[in-house]
Amino acid sequence: MKTLKEVKIGETCKVVRLHGEGAVKRRIMDMGITKGVDVFVRKVAPLGDPVEVTVRGYELSLRKADAEMIEVE
Amino acid sequence: MKIKIALAGNPNCGKTTLFNALTGSNQFVGNWPGVTVEKKEGKLKKHDDVVITDLPGIYSLSPYTLEEVVARNYLIQERPEAILNIIDGTNLERNLYLTTQLVELGIPVVVAVNMMDVVNKNGDKIDTNALGKALGCKVVEISALKGTGIEEAAEAAIHAAQNTKTIPQHSFSGVVEHAIAHIEEVAVHTLPEEQQRFFAIKIFERDEKIIEQLGLTQDNRKHIETDIEAAEKELDDDAESIITNERYVYIASIIKQCYKKKNNGGLTVSDKIDKVVTNRILALPIFAVVMFIVYYISVTTVGTVATDWANDGVFGDGWHLFGIGAGEYEDVSGEFGDAANVIDAFVTAEGADDVADAIDTESDTFDASAAASALDTFAASVSDDATADYTLVDEETLAEEDVTYTGAELKEAVATYTSYGCEEPDPADYGVWVPGLPGIIESGLDAVNCADWLKGLILDGIVAGVGAVLGFVPQMLVLFIFLAFLESCGYMARIAFVMDRIFRKFGLSGKSFIPILIGTGCGVPGIMASRTIENERDRRMTIMTTTFIPCGAKLPFIAMIAGAIFGGAPWVAPSAYFLGIVAIICSGIILKKTKMFAGDPAPFVMELPAYHWPTVSNVLRSMWERGWSFIKKAGTIILLSTIIVWFTTYFGVVDGAFRMLTEDEISNSILATIGNAIAWIFAPLGWGNWQAAVASITGLVAKENIVGTLGILYGGGDGTVYSNMASHFTVVSGYAFLAFNLLCAPCFAAIGAIKREMNNAKWTWFAIGYQCGFAYLVAFVINQLGSIALGTANVFGIIVSIVLIVLFIFLLVRPYKESTTLSNRAVKVK
Repeated sequence: MKTLKEVKIGETCKVVRLHGEGAVKRRIMDMGITKGVDVFVRKVAPLGDPVEVTVRGYELSLRKADAEMIEVE
Repeated sequence: MKIKIALAGNPNCGKTTLFNALTGSNQFVGNWPGVTVEKKEGKLKKHDDVVITDLPGIYSLSPYTLEEVVARNYLIQERPEAILNIIDGTNLERNLYLTTQLVELGIPVVVAVNMMDVVNKNGDKIDTNALGKALGCKVVEISALKGTGIEEAAEAAIHAAQNTKTIPQHSFSGVVEHAIAHIEEVAVHTLPEEQQRFFAIKIFERDEKIIEQLGLTQDNRKHIETDIEAAEKELDDDAESIITNERYVYIASIIKQCYKKKNNGGLTVSDKIDKVVTNRILALPIFAVVMFIVYYISVTTVGTVATDWANDGVFGDGWHLFGIGAGEYEDVSGEFGDAANVIDAFVTAEGADDVADAIDTESDTFDASAAASALDTFAASVSDDATADYTLVDEETLAEEDVTYTGAELKEAVATYTSYGCEEPDPADYGVWVPGLPGIIESGLDAVNCADWLKGLILDGIVAGVGAVLGFVPQMLVLFIFLAFLESCGYMARIAFVMDRIFRKFGLSGKSFIPILIGTGCGVPGIMASRTIENERDRRMTIMTTTFIPCGAKLPFIAMIAGAIFGGAPWVAPSAYFLGIVAIICSGIILKKTKMFAGDPAPFVMELPAYHWPTVSNVLRSMWERGWSFIKKAGTIILLSTIIVWFTTYFGVVDGAFRMLTEDEISNSILATIGNAIAWIFAPLGWGNWQAAVASITGLVAKENIVGTLGILYGGGDGTVYSNMASHFTVVSGYAFLAFNLLCAPCFAAIGAIKREMNNAKWTWFAIGYQCGFAYLVAFVINQLGSIALGTANVFGIIVSIVLIVLFIFLLVRPYKESTTLSNRAVKVK
């Protein structure tokens, strides 16, 4: 299973499904990372975490630990 | 008829700008009950019967963040007559997600598409008619910044409130709709028809808070559960995800119909800025520069000038208007002071009491020409080679310096002294002098022959108390301008992005950096700066720990301890900062694992909004709102506690009579009695003497008072203040005393700020209690273990210290799991 955490900077991937449960998962979905959406990994913070992605036309930052919950193609 | 309109929308969509444009200056800013989320209400301009409530910025009506719960409860329970949903036209897709939920509430919705000017400029097209049809509500175009379309939007909301219903046009997939229909029938058929759909969908999502609110029976729940499970099985996902997914799929289909993006492919200006600002190599240096500028201006330069002006000018002796004549006065006053020192040295050395009497300006028989001739005669009698020793005392830290003057210097000094007419230069003679409030009030009170005690109460109690409240405001306003600017331009979110990695380890937000940095200058604006942190848990943690860092007012005290007890050792001051930083880190780690904090999740899934230039009026308004809320909410507690401490300091029993005391009689005061009574508490810390206890209490008024109080209490008698202190403290108990006063409850002004920002009595007391308890234990361990080195340790103290250290390490390293649901406690919002 490949997750968003493993996607390299500058690459675009398609979300397959979200794992985990509760607040963090719901929050990620509320922010527009849902099944089938394209996510572009834009950059990583200077200290190596979190990452910045472009989804549905805007910029979103999330921690690598949370990115691990997102399964991608 | 009174109409309530709720303003709802995502964060960063221009909601505040729209709210300000709609209500003008007619606003009431407060908090939602029991939580630190800000609540704003205002009357619509030209419509006295229309009240607009600004809901917190939210992305969804899910139950996982405090803002969402607050907004949701307001919409469900208060049921405003209409919702004005503002959405960002440049970010339509995610903004419409909230809209799809709002239209289900059964409250008329009007959608205002904001930033239409930017959309048009980019060459994009939004078909608002088609959008309105797809959503089932009216859609208007506005630009909150430019002020276009705003009145139309408000009129549309009023019209909607009175005449229309919003009926959601979206339907979920068959199996979900089937389940929802079933839920409506079983669980919510008693509710008004238009509200049923919202509750049914929430029940389908297994929203615990809604289910609890509705009081569903176990039987019904089981019944419903089979429907939900059937849908989950068919669509191979959990219920919550199904709903969210389908909403976004639906939005994508709407967007296709009514939004045409002119594909330019190139990077926007915001993208270009971000490329530099959060660049892997440049981000930290840029961050450092921005922080330096904020600190340099709001603390070091403009901030200090502002605070000095407020404290020493308006609430002190007075000030030179625009600084005219200030430099000149400082020069002459310095020159005169130096001359007075030389004269004093020789007068004391020679025992020339008659000269001392002649130049005493306080005496009733003082005559300038007599004083001058007495001095001239005296100076002539001293030979040029004669010397006199003198001890200079630093005003701030009471540090001492020994100097020797010669007779030649005396002659020069007398010449200078007499050239000023033997009287201290009056600042009013230089430039444009504005007297301070205490002076003006004092002369007023003198004119009406006011009793001494009443004069004392008014001047040292009330005026000083008001000064303590207002003295910090100018500096705070300077800082708030920066904060408002950083927030509204979009850089604040980047600070969180850049610093998150470090700060989340000890339960703080990346944005906690600013409060702590500002806290090195003054804890009061530092605590107020925590307002920029969205997450309530991070914010509370920041408020509790910010004042551990030594603020400017603690520096004279640190210097005094270093000078008096450690012989001016250079490591004492840096160690105080080190102690503060360690206290913040350890407290963060320990507290985030406690029951008080562990309950709530802190997801860091954060939007990084596009950079944009903030408007002057928004920045100024934000500055003023925050400053005013400090004055209003923190003012009372600061004023009252200052008066109480003043009273206990200046009143007491002397020779069997209760009366007002002079400054030197503080040992007879009520405060000294209290100090005596509580001194035993501090005995395990190595400084169980009443002087130190009293100084710690007066330190609560302002930390620099500790120096003044110790100066009075240890002054007099044989030896200097410093040598008396050295005889009362060992190096170990001295450091324990320092550590306690650095870490314990901050000054009243900061406590007021804590109360204001916590907006909750329990949390305020918890914060103060934690700080004092932590300070006590740290000082205890320092004293007990330090005593081993001095050979004065006792076994019991060592055992307790070791137990404390073991417990401390356990609290630091014990395992802990981040919670994923918002605790019930946090959500009892009525």
